[in-house]
Amino acid sequence: MDYANQKLAEEKVFKDPVHRYIHVRDQVIWDLINAREFQRMRRIKQLGTSYLVFHGAEHSRFSHSLGVYEIVRRILDDIFHGRPEWDESERLVVLCAALLHDLGHGPFSHSFEKVFNVDHEDFTREILQGDTEVNSILKKVAPDFPKKVAEVIGKTYANKQVVSLISSQIDADRMDYLQRDAYYTGVSYGHFDMERILRVMRPFEDQVVIKSSGMHAVEDYIMSRYQMYWQVYFHPVARSAEVILRKILQRAKYLSGHGYKFEQPPTHFLAFFDRSFTLKDYLALDEGVLMTYFQLWITERDPILSDLCDRFVNRRLFQYVDFDPGKDYKKLGELAQLFQKAGIDPEYYLIDDSTSDLPYDFYRPGEEEERLPIHLLMPNGDIKELSRLSQIVDGISGKRRTDYKLYFPAELLIDGKKKEIKQQILELLREGGV
Amino acid sequence: MLQEHAKIVDFISTAEGVTGRKKLQKMIYILKKIGVPFQEKYEFHIYGPYSEELTARIEELCDMGFILEQKEDKSSYVQYRYEVTAEGLEFRNALGKPVLENSEHAIQLNGKSARFLELTATLLFFDDLERDEQIAKLHSVKGKLNFTEEEITEAFDFIEELKQ
Repeated sequence: MDYANQKLAEEKVFKDPVHRYIHVRDQVIWDLINAREFQRMRRIKQLGTSYLVFHGAEHSRFSHSLGVYEIVRRILDDIFHGRPEWDESERLVVLCAALLHDLGHGPFSHSFEKVFNVDHEDFTREILQGDTEVNSILKKVAPDFPKKVAEVIGKTYANKQVVSLISSQIDADRMDYLQRDAYYTGVSYGHFDMERILRVMRPFEDQVVIKSSGMHAVEDYIMSRYQMYWQVYFHPVARSAEVILRKILQRAKYLSGHGYKFEQPPTHFLAFFDRSFTLKDYLALDEGVLMTYFQLWITERDPILSDLCDRFVNRRLFQYVDFDPGKDYKKLGELAQLFQKAGIDPEYYLIDDSTSDLPYDFYRPGEEEERLPIHLLMPNGDIKELSRLSQIVDGISGKRRTDYKLYFPAELLIDGKKKEIKQQILELLREGGV
Repeated sequence: MLQEHAKIVDFISTAEGVTGRKKLQKMIYILKKIGVPFQEKYEFHIYGPYSEELTARIEELCDMGFILEQKEDKSSYVQYRYEVTAEGLEFRNALGKPVLENSEHAIQLNGKSARFLELTATLLFFDDLERDEQIAKLHSVKGKLNFTEEEITEAFDFIEELKQ
């Protein structure tokens, strides 16, 4: 039997708190799970710094990736199998794409990408198509198979039905992370009737649609998504930790570029500081490596790097106030000058942060945009966009409420030094808006 | 701080307003690809390059009162027009240096149709491929739009013109 169709002698199962069991029969899938690049995802947390707020949120991208695979496997094997609108020959490529879609995420991905101007999607593509264990497994299926998997993940694959399963506004990725993040954070939001949604999913022309009888289950999913964003993903304290993390990386990069002699040299980061990095450099990083540096840098001579690392490792986070940039952008400049006068570098200690900088998006009905909305399949065979039929979804879709915060180290403003200037800062911060 | 917001305000002001969300998305993407320092992250979203970050930033700018969004009902679809307000101009002047070295680019792009910009943006998305592969990929992901050879040649010429 060829490798693409090879099955394991016995089905393997992973115990999973969200889906109960994750079932693996395909040899290719089993081999991919055991590849070193996939195992690396055990060492990268799904929710980055959120564990500093929700102590249970230590789950990894490894478990999320298995979850996405399991959801897609169930859709294909239990729902789509045998339907004339579904092309069975796409089964393996979509399963591999589901399993590998997050492969290129790095440690504390979002902050790392912002500071070093890299994109995890580029790394995903490189891992799939470069000199890696994952690539050698995929190539055994067919020489062009790694490229096909990369195209599905990159959303440029010709068969849009396949892409929709992995990346759309109701895809396996979101269905897994909402439930998994709710479970591990311990919040009561994020739960919805996935069984029902899977049962009413249908392949239809070049997309995946939902039978209209399942509309209420989809409403529940959209509401869960909305609530999880505000309660978990946009949590202001987790954002404070994220701000400090970003500033640590920024400071280390600055020091390295200005001839500072580190007591603990940033060996693993050097290639990122001067942009000479290779895939090997990237894969050598994980959150354990970063946390080790942060721990060691607490004793560095540079007071800013040392302080920021201590704040991150020991959870001495920045305070925040609401901030309305529409009214208060001029005050920001004033505050920055006062921080400077007070001997507190505003570049590292006065930071504005918006939820729009976070990698989460609300449901959008898709007017004039490239993104496909959720379509309902009506009994007469027509399709209709979800928010046209659901008042609940119409009420919250596309209406993004942005949350702007200004972060600063509160205790440095009340330490008794340069009292007068700090008093002015505190007054400005207390004034309406800022 | 807020520099990225100021860049978008500057662009819309230089373009003297933009009609159509898709058009705005594609214009910023094309400029980014020719080296204008916009920071919004783009991904391929089923039918072409799209930035959720840009969508969110525009919404923020509308909330702040720096950009005015007007909804025009075109019977079969809805179209949005974006213009910079007086407050937006003040904000841009206070914070931003001009984002475009060549302000003509904004006018040139704005003079093109949404269909042409969609074609140009999609070709640029696949600019790591050879020209033949680029065109094949275009037809594969946007088969329904039936772009003609003339349109494709015009788009390639336009890209070269912008890069000069």
